[in-house]
Amino acid sequence: MTEIRIHGRGGQGAVLASGLLAQAMADEGRHVVAIPSFGFERRGAPVACFMRTDSKPIRAMTNIYHPDIILCIDPTVAKVVNIFQGMSEGGILVQAGKGEIEKLNLPPGVAKVGLCDAVAIALSIFKRPITNTVMLGAFARTTGLVSLESLKSAIEDGEFRDAGLKQNLEAVERGYHETNVHDLRVAA
Amino acid sequence: MTALAKHKKMIVVDGNEAAARGVALARPDVVAVYPITPQSSLVEALSAMIAGGELDAELMNVEGEHSVLSALQGAALAGARTYTATSGPGLAFMFEPYIRQPGMRLPMVMSLVTRDTLTPQCVWGGHQDAMLVREVGWIHMYCETVQEILDTVIMGYKVAEHPEIMLPVNVNHDGNYLSYGVTSCELPDQALVDDFLGPKSVNWHVALDPERPMGVDPLVGNAGGVGPSMFVRYRKGQTEAMAHSLEVISEVHADWAKRTGRHHAPLIEEYRLDDAELALVTLGSMTGAAKDCCDMLRDSGRKVGIIKVKTFRPFPALAMRNALSKVKAVGVVDRSVSYGWNSGPVYQDTLTVIGKFGLKLPAIPFIAGLAGADITVAHFERAFDLVAKGEAPPGPVWLNEKD
Repeated sequence: MTEIRIHGRGGQGAVLASGLLAQAMADEGRHVVAIPSFGFERRGAPVACFMRTDSKPIRAMTNIYHPDIILCIDPTVAKVVNIFQGMSEGGILVQAGKGEIEKLNLPPGVAKVGLCDAVAIALSIFKRPITNTVMLGAFARTTGLVSLESLKSAIEDGEFRDAGLKQNLEAVERGYHETNVHDLRVAA
Repeated sequence: MTALAKHKKMIVVDGNEAAARGVALARPDVVAVYPITPQSSLVEALSAMIAGGELDAELMNVEGEHSVLSALQGAALAGARTYTATSGPGLAFMFEPYIRQPGMRLPMVMSLVTRDTLTPQCVWGGHQDAMLVREVGWIHMYCETVQEILDTVIMGYKVAEHPEIMLPVNVNHDGNYLSYGVTSCELPDQALVDDFLGPKSVNWHVALDPERPMGVDPLVGNAGGVGPSMFVRYRKGQTEAMAHSLEVISEVHADWAKRTGRHHAPLIEEYRLDDAELALVTLGSMTGAAKDCCDMLRDSGRKVGIIKVKTFRPFPALAMRNALSKVKAVGVVDRSVSYGWNSGPVYQDTLTVIGKFGLKLPAIPFIAGLAGADITVAHFERAFDLVAKGEAPPGPVWLNEKD
């Protein structure tokens, strides 16, 4: 069982991203559950989404308190939310940001960090800072839990059409290729 | 791999979309909607299916829930198969037509995307809304998984339209954890569902017919003439149909299992109960974590089990007796409050079964998961520990009190 917590802000598509990731993982034959933490979300407010994936069926429909992987699709939400809360020893962080790992205030025990300047990529593709599909690419590159091909298939089978579909396929591709993965255990 | 498995179509959806997919497969004639959290994405999905031609139904986007159910009663009286879904305050606004539906003996399926009630302000899941209408005469079935939502919505029509039942059915799924919880599930084939449901069964006795005009909702009662006996006839008919529905619900689930290979316990599910000494009673989506907790404690040698209530109204007293008679002590985890008894409604019904059948076992009340609070494996472990001690506290144990 791998537990994933996604952090973002309302309007960036964290919930949509979790659905696409669930679809892609299910297509690869894994069992998966995604539960967004919904309230009266509004644009810009912090949001979270919880995911589990396993080779066995998953029964617990509960939130996640000790994530193995944290996917943070917003570069500043960590200033207002402790995104590392409960993070498992040896965990992985996939973070939207400009690549300065020292500024992340990483807790001890983080094994790997994938950094992707998702806002810059999103602005160049969508002209808006919608980072969700970019960060799915970063997630695939950093964790290896899902393939880029499966993510692209999930995006193609989703609600995107025409120019939006083309842009999101480019976004996931660029997110995958433009992520710097830092293996902290090797470095130490 | 069986021939059945080869043709499986898997979809990855949340509980609301699963309900909408189930509804579409049941081919209703008329769908009336008014959006409310956490049901909105369900009726949006249905509206999109109707707009896109995937579902050939009349969509009535009316001005509020009172009108939703009133409109559907008219449609049902004209012989239509109908559907709607609501939650919390929407159900409250729907209450007047809601209490009339069972007496009119109009079959219908409505999803209750369960939500805790105001006040204080909350938009999150809980069973309080559904529990407020538990004695109105609708059948209530609670779902544990996204797949069970899809399957039960379809089965609901077969129960509701059974000629000996003719009652409305609520298929309940938990707001948040199931309404927005995404998993993969199997989408049955349209031909399979068509064959399972058969031709639409309309209550032609009350259906409007210009050739055979009659009052379908007559003024009866009071203390003279045919009033008292006629009123009793209505109520007896309803209660007898409710009692009989337990058998029909079981038959319908067995038929569905034969066709799809998916066995959902129709009334009460016993999980690892045969040699259990302690059990927890659960309802709805909390059951998954309860089963995980049960397995974890079993691995450490403790004899524990789970009793899941699927059909809550009518209450399956015999099936509950059979389950309770296997254990030495029980705890009941309610996701709502019965203010009159300072405990939960499922707990009260458990006590009734214990008393009715002369069982001798302690029962401990727990309340958890109100207004979207999470009920985790750790919460269930604590509940099992308290049941093992066998000390009934004066009031309920509020499992999220210190969260």
